[in-house]
Amino acid sequence: MTMTKKPKTTWGGFSLKPRKEMPEGLWTKCPACEHMLYRSAVEKNLNVCPTCSYHFRIGAPTRIEYLADDGTFQPLLDDLTSGDPLDFQFRGTTYKERILADEKKSGAKEAIQIGKAFIKGRGVVLGVMEPNFLMGSMGAVVGEKFCAAVDKALEESLPLVVVSCSGGARMHEGVVSLGQMAKTAAALARLDDAKGLFISVLTDPTTGGVTASFAMLGDVIMAEPGALIGFAGPRTIAETIKVELPDGFQTAEFMLEHGFIDMIVARKDLRSEIARIIDYCRK
Amino acid sequence: MAPEGNSKPSGGGYLDFEQKVADLERQMDELRKLSAQKGIDYIVEIRRIEKDKIGELKRLYAGLTAWQTVQVARHPQRPLLADYLNLMVQDFRELHGDRCFGDDRAIVTGIGQIARTKVLIVGQNKGKTTKEKIACNFGCPNPEGYRKALAKMRFAEKYGLPVVTLIDTPGAYPGIGAEERGQAQAIALNLCEMSRLKVPIVSICIGEGGSGGALGIAVGDRLAMLEFAYYSVISPEGCAAILWRDGSQAPDAAAALKLTSRELHKLGLVDAIIPEPVGGAQRNVHDTVHNVESYLAKTLAELNRMKLSDLVEARYRKWRSVGSASLGKGPKAAPTIAPIASTGRRVAAERDSSPAKV
Repeated sequence: MTMTKKPKTTWGGFSLKPRKEMPEGLWTKCPACEHMLYRSAVEKNLNVCPTCSYHFRIGAPTRIEYLADDGTFQPLLDDLTSGDPLDFQFRGTTYKERILADEKKSGAKEAIQIGKAFIKGRGVVLGVMEPNFLMGSMGAVVGEKFCAAVDKALEESLPLVVVSCSGGARMHEGVVSLGQMAKTAAALARLDDAKGLFISVLTDPTTGGVTASFAMLGDVIMAEPGALIGFAGPRTIAETIKVELPDGFQTAEFMLEHGFIDMIVARKDLRSEIARIIDYCRK
Repeated sequence: MAPEGNSKPSGGGYLDFEQKVADLERQMDELRKLSAQKGIDYIVEIRRIEKDKIGELKRLYAGLTAWQTVQVARHPQRPLLADYLNLMVQDFRELHGDRCFGDDRAIVTGIGQIARTKVLIVGQNKGKTTKEKIACNFGCPNPEGYRKALAKMRFAEKYGLPVVTLIDTPGAYPGIGAEERGQAQAIALNLCEMSRLKVPIVSICIGEGGSGGALGIAVGDRLAMLEFAYYSVISPEGCAAILWRDGSQAPDAAAALKLTSRELHKLGLVDAIIPEPVGGAQRNVHDTVHNVESYLAKTLAELNRMKLSDLVEARYRKWRSVGSASLGKGPKAAPTIAPIASTGRRVAAERDSSPAKV
């Protein structure tokens, strides 16, 4: 074969390559419009491409900086770490090694940070998922911290805001991680019984067990433009049904069109939209 | 394609690790044929081989690997929802439709009596014949299945009917339509609403417990598993494909995932193991269904005695404590299992008081 077809690298206008945080160096390339961009210009623009508004993936600390009023975030349960309930080993790789490697790489201790914060002066309990720690997957720590955030919201009658960014359940914890779906959903049932407000913010990507539990249970559900949101991953679907997926499938826009989210909110407007909803839902 | 019936186990259906059993059964068949032809009585020999066969089956099934368990759970002759409905439920009336989109055949809901208790049954249906299998999507529910289940559970709640759910699915269907109609939202809502449903809920995994698709009808007061069923966050093939980029490593992945009833019971994630007959459920449908029925009779009676508010509170605590015992605190506490005092003890106490076997 002389002419090989260039592998498909974009899909629905969005990159299929693993999206990283801004790489080192002065310049960066937007995965959507392929413009060369000044890194500092992108950063100043909340990690959104100034030309095409592509929303770059961001880690939890950056997200908290963008969402919370300066210096108001007080972390809760920050020292909770994963056990290894299954003693997971698969052909020489262990879960423990993977945790240590991701800890080192991302500086994060787990796939979610929770805490009390203010958003435009409104007190909230804020949870933010960390995509750079095992794909933001939900294991026992994520479940426990999420429930602790719900408890805190109940205890202090604060709205709960959780920014999801996750590949789903954490395989390495087996049924323990599956159980976190029920655990977080059960905690939200309590919050709902007490008429507590839960604003769920979906960012790229929100899939699997996280979508199929707390992320879809928001009183109000917002999503960032272009975010991948779905139950089964696009690759799984394509392999199962052996059909080319339509453009824009499982994006935030697709979810809005099919009636599963309330609104699409650009990163720069998230603070004000969250504040607005809180004001309407104050008891 | 030959239609698959639930006929005699000797009609084939041996798993590849059962070669010796197959040989013994062939020997018995030959002796029987010989008896008939020549009029010689080989009953002593046949009994001896039969005894050997049972011994071999006992030995095999006592030491099944995780992957072999998955194969048993997927056995084409394993009893399916229809067998349980026929043999265990009196006066079953199916209630169709989610009042929204359609009537998913992968989840069957209806009213009936189990051990003289009126209940709502919600079960996952794989289908026996090829035609049925296609109609019910090989047991992979679509969102309307989960919505139907929830609608019927709300009906049950209104009239105080306990809910029995029978789990047997490879997973929720990953298709374009399923995504368009909100598979994730349908499952999420079931988890949330089942956690606070004001009637007893007993779930039994009778075959495959595939991830969120199984959990979507499994958030109850008790979760039991048939001895050789499996319950997992991801299929062993899927896990191997993600970690090793090679689905053929599934046997290793199955072991790593700790998906058998024994492992899950040890981890405190499953309340009871319901024993299967010698050589697995596929060899004796009646005894399997009977064991499930006696577990249900006992458990429903036990749960019916509880005050509703206590029941729902206990259910919340049961699910709220999943995984709590495995958490570590501090930067390097991860490798050792350090239970958090309160929740950890509670899990242990609940586990001890629940029946291990029926």
